[in-house]
Amino acid sequence: MKDLIGIKELSRQDIEEILNTAKAFKEVLQRDIKKVPTLRGKTAINLFFEPSTRTRTSFELAEKRLSLDVLNFSVSTSSVVKGETLYDTLKTIEAYNVDYIVIRHPCSGAAKFVANHTPACVINAGDGTNEHPTQALLDAFSILEIKGRLDGLKIAIVGDIIHSRVARSNLYLLSKFDTEIRFVGPPTVVPGYAPDNVKIFYDLKEGIKDSDVIMLLRIQLERQNAAFIPSLKEYFHVWGVKKDVFSYIKDDAIIMHPGPMNRGVEISTEVADSSRSIILRQVTNGIATRMAVIYLLTPREA
Amino acid sequence: MIIKIYNAYIIDPFTDKEAVADIVVENGIISRLIFKSQALSLKPDTKPSALNIKPDLIEIDARGLYVFPGLIDMHAHLREPGYEYKETIRTGTLAAVKGGFTSVCCMANTNPVNDNPEVTYYILAKANEEGNCDVYPIGAITKGLKGEELSEMAMLRQAGCVAFSDDGMPVMNAMIMRRALEYSKAVGAPIISHCEDLFLSENGAMNEGKLSFYMGLKGIPRAAEEVMVARDIILCKHFHAPLHIAHVSTKGSVDLIKKAKEEGVPVTAETCPHYFSLTEEAVRDYNTNAKVNPPLRTEQDREAIKEALKEAVVDVIATDHAPHSLDDKNTPFQEAANGISGLETALALSLKLVHDKVLTLRQLIEKFTVNPANILKINKSGIKEKAEADLIVVDINRQWTVKKEEFVSMGKNTPFDGWQLKGKVLMTVKGRKFFNMWQEDK
Repeated sequence: MKDLIGIKELSRQDIEEILNTAKAFKEVLQRDIKKVPTLRGKTAINLFFEPSTRTRTSFELAEKRLSLDVLNFSVSTSSVVKGETLYDTLKTIEAYNVDYIVIRHPCSGAAKFVANHTPACVINAGDGTNEHPTQALLDAFSILEIKGRLDGLKIAIVGDIIHSRVARSNLYLLSKFDTEIRFVGPPTVVPGYAPDNVKIFYDLKEGIKDSDVIMLLRIQLERQNAAFIPSLKEYFHVWGVKKDVFSYIKDDAIIMHPGPMNRGVEISTEVADSSRSIILRQVTNGIATRMAVIYLLTPREA
Repeated sequence: MIIKIYNAYIIDPFTDKEAVADIVVENGIISRLIFKSQALSLKPDTKPSALNIKPDLIEIDARGLYVFPGLIDMHAHLREPGYEYKETIRTGTLAAVKGGFTSVCCMANTNPVNDNPEVTYYILAKANEEGNCDVYPIGAITKGLKGEELSEMAMLRQAGCVAFSDDGMPVMNAMIMRRALEYSKAVGAPIISHCEDLFLSENGAMNEGKLSFYMGLKGIPRAAEEVMVARDIILCKHFHAPLHIAHVSTKGSVDLIKKAKEEGVPVTAETCPHYFSLTEEAVRDYNTNAKVNPPLRTEQDREAIKEALKEAVVDVIATDHAPHSLDDKNTPFQEAANGISGLETALALSLKLVHDKVLTLRQLIEKFTVNPANILKINKSGIKEKAEADLIVVDINRQWTVKKEEFVSMGKNTPFDGWQLKGKVLMTVKGRKFFNMWQEDK
C-alpha cells in the first residue's frame, strides 16, 4: 500500500497487520535505545495546514525512531489563502524528493487529493471532518492492549460527532469488527444520517451504561457560538462525563479521549485522572502505531 | 449563400407545426418552406441523410433527421466581462451553437456585475462583434449582488436585459425580494430566483445525507432550497409578480411549485440536465467536476425532477453552463468552484428523457424553446417563411462520446467526460451563420 488516506480504504486484515506491527514497535519503545535503523536515508515531511502540536510531535517522534530524516512544514491557512494552491505547495515539496508526506489539512478529501498527485507515500494526519486514521488505529491498539479483543465490545462515542474526523475513523474501524457502536450527545452534533449499524442516544446515562469503552470527543469551544450547543456549562451539565458515572458504568469500562481535553466541558477532573482513564496510554501508543503505519508503507523490494 | 434542407422532419412549437418539409435559406432568411405532409404520424424514414457543400450552396438531405428551432438557454454564465480566463462571449456562444443553442441568456455575476446599463451595453456589443448567436443579458436584482439595494431595473430592461437575478447570491432579505418582485411588474421582466437559505447551506459542499457524513463533507440540506422556494412562492402569491425558480434540484421544491401552480400562482421553474442525469453518488470520489450549487441530490429527487418535467411542473430545461478554469477545480473538494460546463452536452443528456419515454420529443423541444421564450418574452418567430433562419438539424439517434478536451467552451469541467450519449446536433443555422458538426465523432 502506498498511502494511508482513511480507514474506509482498509480491510480488517490490513488493520490487524498494522496493529500487530505496532505491538512489535511498542517493544522497541520500551528498550533503552528506542531507535531502529529501518528507514535510514529516507525523508519524511510533516505538512501541517492546521495548527497541531500533539499529532505532529507524535509523527515526528515516530519518524525519528525509524531513523527517517524529518522536515516540518507548517503552513498557516492564511498564507495559503494569500496565494499558493495546495497543488503548488505539493509540487514544491515533491521537488525535494521526499519519500513520505504526512498531511493535515482543513479540507475533507485533501489527503486523497495529495496522494493522487504525488508518487510519495501519503499519510493522512487529519483532513477536515473526514478522517484521522492513525488516531483510530492507536485507539484500537489501546483497546486491544487492555481488553484483548475488539469483537464483542460495546463502544460509546460521546460528543460532537458531526464535526469529528476521530469519530468517523473510529466508526469505520470498529464497523469492520463485530462491535456495537453508539453515538451519544445532543441532536445538533449527532448526525441524523448515521449509518445503520449505529445506535443513537441523546441521553448520556442510557448511552454509556453497558459500554466497555467510552470514547470522549473534544468539544470545540466555538460550537457554542454557532448554535450547536447553548453553552459549555449546559453541555457539561447534561453530557459531561463526571464522577457520578462510576455508579452506573461497568467496573472494567475504559474511558478514552484523543486530546487535548477540556476539563469541565466533556470530562471532569476526577474522571480524567481516574484509573479508568487511559488517555496517556493512548499518547504513548500513538508513536508505536504511527511507526507501524510508516513502516508498512515503505516501498519494499520484491 | 443558399442552404437547402430536404425531407426534414420539423417540430416547431412556435408555429405549432410538426411535419416533413423542404426548407430553403437565402442570405440568412427562410425564403421557402414547403410542407410535404401535415400528417403527424409521418415518421422520418431510415434512408441515410447526406450533406453536400458547394461554395455558394449547401444541400442537406435530412431523411431520418429532425429540424427544431434553435434552442434557448435561459441560464448560462458567459463570464465576460471579468472572468475571461474561464470563458468569453466568443467561446461561450460557440459552445452554445455547437450544442444547438442559438439564444443564450447570461447571468449577471460578471465582474463588474451586470447591475448597470453600461455593463449590459458592453455584453451586447461584444456579442454583436464576436458572438456566434443571440445573447440576452440578465441583470442583477440588487446592486453588486449584495441583496441590499435594487439595481436600476428599468434602465437595465431598456438596455436589453430580459430578466433579473442575483443567481448564486440569493436575496436573503424577504423585504428586498418583495420590492424586486413588485418593481419587476412595471419593468416587464421576471425575477429569477436562486433559492438557497445561506444560513442553512453555510459553507456546505454537497447534498447533506448519509454520503456527506461518510465523506466528512459539510452538507447542504434540501431544506436550504425548499425554505426559499416556499418563501418566494409566498411572496409571488401575495404580490402577484412573475417569479421563475432557477435550477430546481429537490423533490420538496417540485411539490411546492406544483401546489403553487395549482393555486394559480404565476410561478415557473427550470431544472438542468445534471439534476435528472446524476445523483450525489457522482461526487463520491471527491470529483470536483460534479460539484454544483445546488448540489446533486438523491435518486428520489432525480425521479421527482423527471416526473415534474413530464407533468409540466418544471417548464424549462436550462444548462446553468458554468465554465471554470482547470485551477478552479484542481483543488480539494471543499475549495473547488461550483459548476458544470453544460452547453455542449445539454441536448443529448435531455434526449435520454425522450429515448426513455419520459417526455415526447415535442415536449422536450418546448422546454428548450417556446417555454423560455414565453417566460422571458423573447420574440421568436420559429421556422417560417420570411423569418430569420434560426434552426438546428439533429440526429436524435447518433451515438457519440463526450470528450472534454474537444469542448469548444474554455470550461472543460464536466462530470460527463467519457459518457456515451445518443443524439447530436449536426448543424446549426443562425441567420447568415452556419455551423457544421456533421462529420464529428463519426
